[in-house]
Amino acid sequence: MFISVQKSFNRMQRPSYTRVFLTFLRNSLVRDMMFPTNFIIETISSFGWVMMNVGFYLLIFKYTSQIGPGTSAGDAWDKYQFFVFIATSMFINSIVQMFFMTNADEFSELIRTGGLDFALLKPIDTQFLISLRKVEWASFSNFLVAAALMIYALPRVDGFHLTIWQVILYPIYVLAGVVILYSLMIVLAAVSVWLGRNTSIYDFWFYITTFSRYPMEIYSGSVGSLLRFGFTYLLPVLIVVNVPARMLAKPLRAEYAPLALFAIAATVGSFVASRWVFQRALLSYRSASS
Amino acid sequence: MIARVQTWWTILRICIEERLVYRGDFWLGTLMRFLPIVTQIFLWSAVFEGMAASQGTSGAGQQIAGYTYHDFVAYYLMTTITRAFSSMPGLAGSIALQIRNGEIKKYLVQPIDLVGFLLLQRVAHKIVYYGIAFLPFAFVFYICRGYFPGWPPADVMFAFITSLVFSFLLGFFLEATIGMIGFWFLEVSSLLFVYMLFNFFFSGHMFPLDMLPEPWRTLVQLTPLQYLAYFPSAVFLQKIQGHDLWFGLTVQAAWVLFFIVACRVTYWRGVKRYSGFGG
Repeated sequence: MFISVQKSFNRMQRPSYTRVFLTFLRNSLVRDMMFPTNFIIETISSFGWVMMNVGFYLLIFKYTSQIGPGTSAGDAWDKYQFFVFIATSMFINSIVQMFFMTNADEFSELIRTGGLDFALLKPIDTQFLISLRKVEWASFSNFLVAAALMIYALPRVDGFHLTIWQVILYPIYVLAGVVILYSLMIVLAAVSVWLGRNTSIYDFWFYITTFSRYPMEIYSGSVGSLLRFGFTYLLPVLIVVNVPARMLAKPLRAEYAPLALFAIAATVGSFVASRWVFQRALLSYRSASS
Repeated sequence: MIARVQTWWTILRICIEERLVYRGDFWLGTLMRFLPIVTQIFLWSAVFEGMAASQGTSGAGQQIAGYTYHDFVAYYLMTTITRAFSSMPGLAGSIALQIRNGEIKKYLVQPIDLVGFLLLQRVAHKIVYYGIAFLPFAFVFYICRGYFPGWPPADVMFAFITSLVFSFLLGFFLEATIGMIGFWFLEVSSLLFVYMLFNFFFSGHMFPLDMLPEPWRTLVQLTPLQYLAYFPSAVFLQKIQGHDLWFGLTVQAAWVLFFIVACRVTYWRGVKRYSGFGG
């Protein structure tokens, strides 16, 4: 009797994270499909947003053949290289939007209403539960658009030939970028536990991540170098897109290896830091009810 | 008449006081507004450097659609001012929400006009906003003064201020009209997203509209959106002059008038359709 209780207790303590995650995926899809028209409109409008952005960059390249001084093998980005960069940025952002954006957004609401109690009581890691509860399937279309853009742009990059290293490293660094952005987002969401109000914080997230949208080489000059240093080493948003995009769009060069190594360290560092902040935030949480 | 003015004055005062509650948010929000511009400035600097590098020239005197690099920076800074006048965050959404949850009933039974009330609320918001945001704005513009060609002559300045006032009115009545659609469709958020999308790109917030190639340029000029950001900024930088300037101002005024009427008509017809229940 005692043993069987012990056993079931053990089983309770270790939930299958994969199965829980798959359930989240399914439930979210079911929820989205309850209002199919809404889903289609959301898909189309986020697609529209992406296409307008691509249009803007096409417009820029009507006037110039490259962005930044130098050669396209080095610091400058020509049209197709830049589109590889944009596609990479879209991959990373669509994954972040799909899995984490809504959840981080609702986290502060959970705190305000006291709904976090229910999450804390469940026998599963709270950060896992909070971060992945809802999956935004509509953002998946952006992922597909990014794939289409990549398939279009990549073969057109000058002197491009795919190596096995690129095939292995690119997905790893895309995921590393996702982890860095996720960590930043969850830290900002956790800060709302202390502040109770988080509108400025979300603006802050949006404004900070605008720095990740362009190649890091554009930050030149004294102010630019300062920004580049700060957003690479202190708040590593610049490496999120830059490292994987460069890896694919330009020939691999030894001089960029230190940055690639740093990116891995930054990813691990941001994740650990975000987890620490999240746990601290939970400790200061006082339920809203009673 | 005096009683009426007093009512409006009281509403305006209450709105101003309400707005002053969140000063800290304002300060932070205003300085943040300039952050995306920083990335834009660096992007355009790199574009101009790229142009110079591929053509083998020094880069000085390069132009894109009649704009030098300095003009681009000045243009982006000016759009922060014009957008601050014309953007109405959450206006259409809040009107639609009030229609949906029945809060709009209070305007139907009280002797206060909904559109007038909202307009005063926004005027109060903008007054407070500029009162507080003046310092960060002045600071940023002072630092960047080298990018500007200098103050425009008095008549251009007059045209600029007029077009700013028009852009505020246009922004307000355009969004209010969209909000009134809530009388017919209860959920307008997706429609709003589409509007915001077009607004973002075709008001000239992202780039000077002169850059657009031909069929698009004319198409965009036919919409009222360009008067929300592009037109006043281009007027200040003297990119639009002479006949085009006065013609543009007239068209802008016509759009304002059009949306005042459209807003009134949709409100009036909407109220006729509207049925409220419960206390």
